[in-house]
This record gives sequence, C-alpha cells and structure tokens, in this order.
Amino acid sequence: MKDMNIYMTGVGGQGIGQLAEVMIRTCNKAGYSVKGVDTHGLAQRGGTVVSHLRIGKKVHTPLVPPGQADIVIALERLEALRAVHTMMKDGGKVIYYDVQYQTVDNRLGDIKYPTIDEFEEAVKAKGGEVVRVFRDDIPDPRMQNTALISEIVKLGWIDGFSKELAIESLEELMQGKGLEKNLELF
Amino acid sequence: MKKFGELIVQPDPWEGLIMGNHALARAMFEAGVNVVTTYPGSPTPEIADAILTVPVDKRPLHFEYATNEKVATEIAFGASINGHLSVVFFKSVGLNVASDSAVQLGLMNMVGGLVIILGDDPGANSSQNEQDNRHFARMSYIPTFEPATPTEAYKAFLEASKLSKKYQIPVILRMTTHVCHAKEIIKFGKIDTTEYKYEPIFDAKNGPFLPITKSVFPLKRKAFTRISSMEEEAETSNFNKVYSPFGSDKINGKRLGVITSSMPVLSLLENLDEVEKPVDVLALNFSYPWPKNKVKGFLEAHDEVIIIEELDRIMESEIKSFAYDKEIKCKIYSRTDSEDLMGELGPDRTWKILSEIWPEIFNPKVAQKASEFNNPRIPQMCPGCGHRSAFHAIKQALPKDAITVGDIGCHSLGFFKPYNMGEMLLSMGHSSGTAAGLSIGNDKRKILAFIGDSTFFHAGLPAIINAVLYDHDFTLVIMENGTTAMTGHQPHAGSGEIGEKISIDKVLESFGVKFIRRVDTYQQKKLTEYVKESFDHKGFSVVIASHPCMLKFMRGQRKKDNYVPKHVEIDQNTCENHNVCVEDFACPSFIKNDDGKIMVNEDLCIGDGSCKQTCPVTAIDFKKGEK
Repeated sequence: MKDMNIYMTGVGGQGIGQLAEVMIRTCNKAGYSVKGVDTHGLAQRGGTVVSHLRIGKKVHTPLVPPGQADIVIALERLEALRAVHTMMKDGGKVIYYDVQYQTVDNRLGDIKYPTIDEFEEAVKAKGGEVVRVFRDDIPDPRMQNTALISEIVKLGWIDGFSKELAIESLEELMQGKGLEKNLELF
Repeated sequence: MKKFGELIVQPDPWEGLIMGNHALARAMFEAGVNVVTTYPGSPTPEIADAILTVPVDKRPLHFEYATNEKVATEIAFGASINGHLSVVFFKSVGLNVASDSAVQLGLMNMVGGLVIILGDDPGANSSQNEQDNRHFARMSYIPTFEPATPTEAYKAFLEASKLSKKYQIPVILRMTTHVCHAKEIIKFGKIDTTEYKYEPIFDAKNGPFLPITKSVFPLKRKAFTRISSMEEEAETSNFNKVYSPFGSDKINGKRLGVITSSMPVLSLLENLDEVEKPVDVLALNFSYPWPKNKVKGFLEAHDEVIIIEELDRIMESEIKSFAYDKEIKCKIYSRTDSEDLMGELGPDRTWKILSEIWPEIFNPKVAQKASEFNNPRIPQMCPGCGHRSAFHAIKQALPKDAITVGDIGCHSLGFFKPYNMGEMLLSMGHSSGTAAGLSIGNDKRKILAFIGDSTFFHAGLPAIINAVLYDHDFTLVIMENGTTAMTGHQPHAGSGEIGEKISIDKVLESFGVKFIRRVDTYQQKKLTEYVKESFDHKGFSVVIASHPCMLKFMRGQRKKDNYVPKHVEIDQNTCENHNVCVEDFACPSFIKNDDGKIMVNEDLCIGDGSCKQTCPVTAIDFKKGEK
C-alpha cells in the first residue's frame, strides 16, 4: 500500500465536507493510516473550499504540501484547474465533476472561465491523467460528490478503496431516502 | 452505530476518527468540566457543536453562548472561583475582546480550575489578522500548551485541566486552525459518571480576587512563583520531548538540532523523513514556561540549533537571551526572511528555512513553489441572501462620494466587487465609532456604517450609545439576519433561541435614537428610500435592513419531506442584456455565457425571487410549472 496525498476541492455549498468524510473513512477502513483536514469558516460562502487527506505510514502533517498531490478530486471545473496548477504533482491524477460555477470576475467578463479543452491541456502539460465525470441521472446537485466516489471506486487509483467500504462509510453518514438515492449511484 | 451525541459522552473508552475540536469536547467530559462558555468564532465553533450534540438532560456540564468573549471569560471566572472546573474558548481575536478581564486571571486563584482554549489562526484563514496570542500568555503569566495534533490536543486538555486544578492557575490551550480541524484516529479514555454537585463554595479568603493597589504586588509576586512551579512541571512534561528519528550522529563533524513547537513539529518530522539524516528535534508543546534545563541540555549537546516557530519570534528571543546569559556555545540560528514570520509553516516552508541554513542537507532546489494561478474565487453571499438585496438597494441611495464603513459578519463580503461597500474594518462593532470619527468636521460627504445583529449585541452597543449622545451625523444600517451566520448559525440575544428575544428596535428606542426605520431587504425600493431619508436626517439615524439568513432557511426547507426545489428563469425573448442581474445584483446563480446570453444555474438558484425586481425589463420570473 502506497503513501498518497489526496486533495479535494470545490465551491462552498457543494458538499466537500461530505466527500472528504467518505474518503477518509473509506481509506481508514481499507487499512491505511489516515490524516485529514478540512477548511471551515469564511470560505464556505461561495468561495473555494478544500480538504486534505494523506494516507500511509510516513505521514505527519494532515496538510498536502503545494504541488505534492497524487490525486486531485474536484467538484467543479475551475477549482479542478486551480488545484492542477497549485496542488497536483507532475504526473498526478485528477478526477472532476464537470459543473461550472462562474466567479464574479467571470461574470463581469474580467477573467475567462476555462473550457474543457483548456483544462485538459493544463493537466497534460503536467503529464497528468484526467477523468471527467458528468451524469444526467442525478436528481440533486448535492449528490455529485457521491457520483465521484463511485467513479473513484471503479478507477482503482487507491488500493483497497472498494465499493463495499465506500457504501459502509455512506451508511454511517446518511440515512433514509437520502442514503437510498446516493447508493443508486454505485 | 451510535449517534455522535451518544458516543461523545459514552462512559467507556472508545476510539474513532475525529476532528481536533470534537476531541476537545470529549476531553472536557473526561476531565469532569462543569461550566463551558464561548462566543462563536472560527476556528473553534465545532467545539460547541460537539457539546451540543448531547441533549441537555444527558449533558454533564453547563454550556452557554455568551454575548461576547469578555462576558464568556467572566462567566468562566465566576464559576471557577465558586469551585467549578470551567472552560472558556474563542478565536484568536476574541481574546482582544476578552482581554480586559482575561489579563487578570493569571494573578488570581482559579479555585475550581479554568482552561482557556484559544483558536489562533496562522495564515488568517478566517480572521482579520494572524495575531500570535503566545504574547498574551507571557503578559498575563498564564501557562500554555500548544498541541500539534488532535490526539495531542485531547491529551493536552486533560493535562491542562489537571494542572489548573492542582495549582488553581488558569491554563491556555493554544490551538491553531489546522489542529482544530485536523482529523485522525484518537483513543479516548473513560468518563467518571459520578454526578457533580454544584456547591457555591466561593470564599474571599481563597483570594484575593480584588486587584486594588495594596494587593497588586502580592498578586504579581504570586504569579511569578506559580510560573516557576510550572517550569518544573514543564521539565518533566511529555509534551516537551526530543525526536531523533535517524539517530543523533554528527553530520560533517557537527551535531545538529531544531527547536520548535505546535504544528511545525510535524512539518520538521516530515522533512527529516525526506533526508533521513540525524537531526534532532526538540518539540516544546508545553511551551510557556518552557523547561530551562531541558533546553539548556539540548543546546549544549548540539553544535548548531535552528529555532523554527510559527508567526512571531517568541521562543527565539527568549531562548537566545537565555543562551547568552548561560554562555552556551551552541550556534543558534533562526528565520532570516520576514516572509517566514507570516502564515502557516507547512513542510514546504520549514524545508525552505532549513535549506537556507543547512543547504548541504536540505537541498534548496527542492523547496519548490507551486505555480501561480490567477482566476480567483472570492467568497460571495449565498443565493437569496438578504444582504445582497440590501447592498443593491443601498447603492441606489448612495451619493458618489459617500463613505461606507464595514463591520464583521457575512456582510463584510459587501466590500468585494461589484458592491464595494464597507471600505474599512477594524474589529467587531467598530463601525459606529469609526463612522462617528468620520463625521467630525464633515458636512460634505454622507457616511453609512454597517453592523450585523449578533455584533450589535456583542460589541456594538457602546459606540451606538456614544453616537446617540453626540448625535453624530451618520446612518447605521443594521444587517439583521436573525443569527450568527458566518460562524455556523449560532443563536444570539436577538434571535429568540436563548430566553426571550431582545428587540433591537426597543433597545434603540430606549437609547433615544430619533430616526429608526425597519424594512425587509427584499423590499429593495423601500430600503433605498429609507436610506435616502436617513441621509436627509441631520444626526444619528438607524435603518434595520432585515431578512432571515437564507442558507439557514434553505437547510430547514430541504429537510422537509414535501420540499420541492424552486427556481427563477429568464425569458430570453424579453431579456435585453442590461446585465443588472448578473453584474450589479450579482447573484451567483446567474451565468453569463460567452455569447452574452444570461442563464440560471439551477444547482444554485433557490427560487427566492429577490432578483426579479432588479431587471429593468422584467425578464426574470419564477420558473413556469414550479409552485
């Protein structure tokens, strides 16, 4: 089992907290020693929200150092691009849910919002691998994080990160109809 | 699986994946804490969240959200001198509010014990500065722990409360943002379930508790004595230890060491794992007073030592002067670049510091900077936020040369584009005082100040009373959303969740404020008129711009079984691209396509309809077919 730095990002309100909680629990269940940290507070109001997860033996701090992320998990395209530039290591992997939340600058026309091509070019320039996720069968945008989890299970980027364990984590965090709907995404 | 609110007070030991702040709540239950008070502020509010998951009838302690940090401190003090083990916690700058009372605590006997948890914020992740509260510990003679991990935070709390009770001394537990929020597996101990009997044992003989002239010197003398006994505790404390992961051999004929504390300890251990070289690390996580003998021994055993600490040069100044007095031969290095006195010291930044002093071990080339990326995402008010309607409406009333004064709260975000309102900020509740100052000798430019409703009660009142007395000529807009929104919707005096709601209107009336208008911010035209009217009023005036926090409201709505999402839509045939909705009102739900067409992001839109009135050609309406 390899030591790994996982960096998660999105826009406040998208459910990064839930994504991070499922990730850290599942990695822990898979037998890794885990350390993580979420950003809280001010950033929740429509700003960038991130979460760090480090798994493996030689891990002391919960913070992924800049440019050292093996895997980037993003809930939004611009945030995915930001993380590729600032956090992904050369040759890293990125999986992102392709929704677009424009910034104030984007809407005012001061700075352009990145296209899919521009995004994929940036990943290639760092020798990285990219997986785009977009599903039209998701009834609630707050379930986009589960769509990413189910894709991560299939990709097998993290040894031992299985469907069963991911579902176990979800079952600890949710209940009732919400849980049922989320499980349908696997 | 047990609910969190059951687990956290479960008497038997357990282990779990848990955040630092939550671990502190468990530690309080294990330590037998009786009274906990706070005013919410990042990075600490999750401590309260964890305590409040336990229903009142099962909660073995008294918890209070106080009006502000100073009141919280005084409650904890009062409870402690009555014999109850007490805790007060708040964010870094909260200590500024509390300090008038907090600074006295180190001089007195905390009969039942008192632990002060500070949420310092290196990196200013959610604060207006990154002040280093270790200074305060020195100024007020209060021993301090600085845990590096959630596990250590849990253990440090238990140790701090033990020492506090033993010596009747207040103890600071200085957390930092990413220790508060870090998550890891923690093994907890057991809780003693013997019921605590609150006996009011206060006795002035346990004091003095009155720092009048006669007792000032005796109290101060006692504080020095207590700090000396703490030094002995620090010598043997497990929180001060040497890490030698790769042995202690010489490198190039020299023995090398680093002295550090708190989270940089982890960064350095990580750096050492990279190079696998025998550099020793002395971690001083019981950091004030630090153990002189232990530090002396460490310095004497090494030829070169670097002191690496987050933020100010505190350990560095103290240890260097100590080494000078003791004529210790060791060459002591410290940070040279003032950039390194700012922000958090993660492994990349400690590597940079190490590489400047020992480049042969820590290769300077490895200290890489991540590439720049310029497409910032500034935090924004939520879709439907009443503050957005307020800013949009107030802007219509503002003369071009008006001066706007900001304050702390979600409405601080009004400073960003496109509203650009609230052009200065000092602290919570500063706005009325600052506005009064701006009004002096000024009959040319209109002045408008903002304040939130929680802040109104927290620290707003004295400056408002002053404005009434002198009838300073400015408009105060109270941005009322019925909650303490920014920190996670905690109750306040005017929210009606604790006791009976205190009416802001009645408070203002009783002060004798002559001009008071109240309006729901969604009535934008009326709000614009009121603000114009307030500018015509000579003297102090107040406009209460009210709308419930829509983030809180929507969270409630979404939990309902019969909840149906609602949205607005833009009639593309009517739209003439005035762009008011997307550029001036600027709800994040609006998207502007490359071809200029404006769309609605339905993932974000909550269908509140506050945007409808902003369209000059009424192209926005509720989505057809939705109720």
